[in-house]
Formats: sequence, C-alpha cells, structure tokens
Amino acid sequence: MANIGSVSDAEFQTTVLDSETPVLVDFWAEWCVPCHMVSPVVEEIGTEKGDGLKVVKLNIDENPQATRQYGVMSIPSLVLFKGGQEVARVIGAKPKDAILRDIDPHL
Amino acid sequence: MTDTRDVVIIGSGPAGYTAALYAARANLAPLVLKGLDAGGQLMLTTEVENYPGFADGIMGPELMDQMEKQAARFGAEILPVHVTEVDLSSRPFLVKAGDQEWRAETLIVATGATARWLGVPGEERLRGRGVSACATCDGFFFRDRELVVVGGGDTAMEEATFLTKFASKVTLVHRRDEFRASKVMQERALANPKIEVVWDSVIEEILGDSAVTGVRLRNVKTDETTEMATDGVFMAIGHDPTTGLFRGVLETDDEGYLRVQEPRTWTNIPGVFAAGDVTDRVYRQAVSAAGQGCKAAIDAERFLEAEGDH
Repeated sequence: MANIGSVSDAEFQTTVLDSETPVLVDFWAEWCVPCHMVSPVVEEIGTEKGDGLKVVKLNIDENPQATRQYGVMSIPSLVLFKGGQEVARVIGAKPKDAILRDIDPHL
Repeated sequence: MTDTRDVVIIGSGPAGYTAALYAARANLAPLVLKGLDAGGQLMLTTEVENYPGFADGIMGPELMDQMEKQAARFGAEILPVHVTEVDLSSRPFLVKAGDQEWRAETLIVATGATARWLGVPGEERLRGRGVSACATCDGFFFRDRELVVVGGGDTAMEEATFLTKFASKVTLVHRRDEFRASKVMQERALANPKIEVVWDSVIEEILGDSAVTGVRLRNVKTDETTEMATDGVFMAIGHDPTTGLFRGVLETDDEGYLRVQEPRTWTNIPGVFAAGDVTDRVYRQAVSAAGQGCKAAIDAERFLEAEGDH
C-alpha cells in the first residue's frame, strides 16, 4: 500500500509529471458514486504493480487546476502519465481487466 | 475446494437486495456479488419520490444503503466484486469474479440494465469530454455552460431538471412530439425557465475535436438538418438489460430481456431465477424490481426445499 497516495495541484509537477515511473492518476470526488467503486480497484492495481507503477488519487473539488488542464469532464477518469505525458485514459467505472487492457501496453 | 452456497445473487439493486433480504431471513445465507455498478441505477439518481414508505422521498443512494444494511442484518454476505463468468451447464453452478470462484445451488440474476447510447458519430470519441450518461456524476463540470439532454422519459426529465443546478440552459431533444415521462416529472421540467425542448428531432452527430462543441440535429418530420452549439450531451434514452454473462445460455425475448415464467421467476434453467430490470421490459421501477426480487428468493427457497424432499 506504500504505493498509493493522493496528489494536489501543487504537487502535480513533482509527483506526476517528473516521476521516473509511470503514474496512474485517479480523478475522483466524494460525491461521485461510481468513483467509490473504482478506487479500490485502482488501489489493487497499484499494489499488484509494485514498483512498476505509481498510483495516486486527485480530488477534483480541491484541485481544479489539474482537472481543467487535462480536460477531465467526467469522473471517474483514470489518466496514465509516462515521462510527463498522458499516454492512456480510462473513463467511467470499468472492471479491473478492462482497465489493465488500456494501461498495460504502456507499462 | 470451492465454496458452495445455497443462494448466490448477482447484482445489488432493489431486486438483488430484496432477494438477499428474503433469502437471508429464510436462513439460506445468501452471497451477494455487488458488481461494479453496485447499488444499481438508483445510485445515480437524486430524490426518489415513488418508493412507498418514504412520505418525504429519499435519496437514491440512501435507499440502496438502507437496503444493503437490511439484507446484511439478517446474514447476507455482500462482496464488492464484479462477476466475470458463469457456468450454468451443471449444478452447483459456477460463478467467477476474476480469480475468485464460488459454486451456487441456486442463482438469482439481478443484473439490471445499463444506459443506452445513441451510436452516432462523435459519441464514443467525445465520451468523458462532454458526452455523458450520468448527470449526477458529470453535471458538476458544466457550471454556466449549455447542455443537451436526449430523451423523453422520466430519466430525461430528472436529468434535465438536475442539470439546471449547474448549467445556464438545458435543451431536451426528443424524437417525438410528446414525452412519455410521468405527468409530474414533465410538468416540473417544462416549468423550469432554464429548460427548452426541441421536439421531433434526433441527434445525427456530436461535434467537437477535444470537447463537445455542438450537435447536428435532424427533424424527423421535415428532414431538415441543423447544427446547435452545446458544451455537453447527456444521454437519457433508456436502458438495455445487462445479460452479457448469460448470452446463449439463458433465454431472452426479442429485446434481450431474460425470459421468466410469470408469475414465477424461473428462467429456462432449473435453479436459476431472474428478477428486476434484467427481466422487465414493461415497468422498470425500483418497487417492481424489489417485488420481483422477493419472488425470486421465495422461488429459490422452494426449489431447494423440493430437492431436499427427494
């Protein structure tokens, strides 16, 4: 579980964009019911991938800057960053294998 | 050794939880596999005003939370897993969720229905970039923007009304010249100064590169095509029964709903019962789903009892 934390607008550059390992950002909000379904799946993926993937949650209410910058208009949205660039995006609550299908090719 | 249960319930909407409540009270220790859309469609609604027993209405998620707790109180085991595969070729049936698996003496299918999409150009590409089927999830992103809601049923009225909390204007686009929504929902939507209606029209394309900028509309009576600027398009054009797990195994009607032998909840496979929106092309109400969930649990209980007599 050491792999999983949250990220804010202020830390986005250092935690996500400057990261050496790929980072999966879970854009979520407290009031978003499907987000609560997908977050445990994301945490599970983070645990399984170990050092190969960093997983962080970003609360869109508290962090409007990154939310706007990456054009997130639907949550849950999972965005995979590699070398500071967005390489994959999974929109909506999806089962684990569907999420892995979209992110695995980039890991 | 695979864990074998008397009753496994797939789905956690009103049908699934009511089945769980009744099966639990019959000492069958049911296992509920909630699925990714746990709680079902009511989790995505706001105020539920037509579930009896709540004189002042109740929020959809609160109602589902209460149903879950009520089932759990009598011993239902409820797991947050999404079933990925079933094998109904022999009993006890096999139910898998990823690498977990269970055997089920009886199975109650309460997988519900999922939102329907238009299937027009631009829709898939712009999903999550202005195209949505969940107003309560995504309405937040459209503060002071203009939106389109497609549909003419209760869901469309509710979504349009809800979205006026955020949007500066909401246009309902409907393919007919009247709504099929209940009178009370229609009146509420039509009285809202932020809501306009475009009748007799269908969306032919959703426009925009990185985000929705507009829609191309066709009037079905005049065949006239127009473009309308909008920042988002919300689908409320109904639902399709969620039957992917059972394709080719459980019988369906010509619209894809699981066929049950009314007034029972028997499917074509003995020991497999179905309840709620996955079987219901007619009523599709929380309370009718709950009622059928109750029937499915009683049917499962009697089925197990009849076997015990042998």
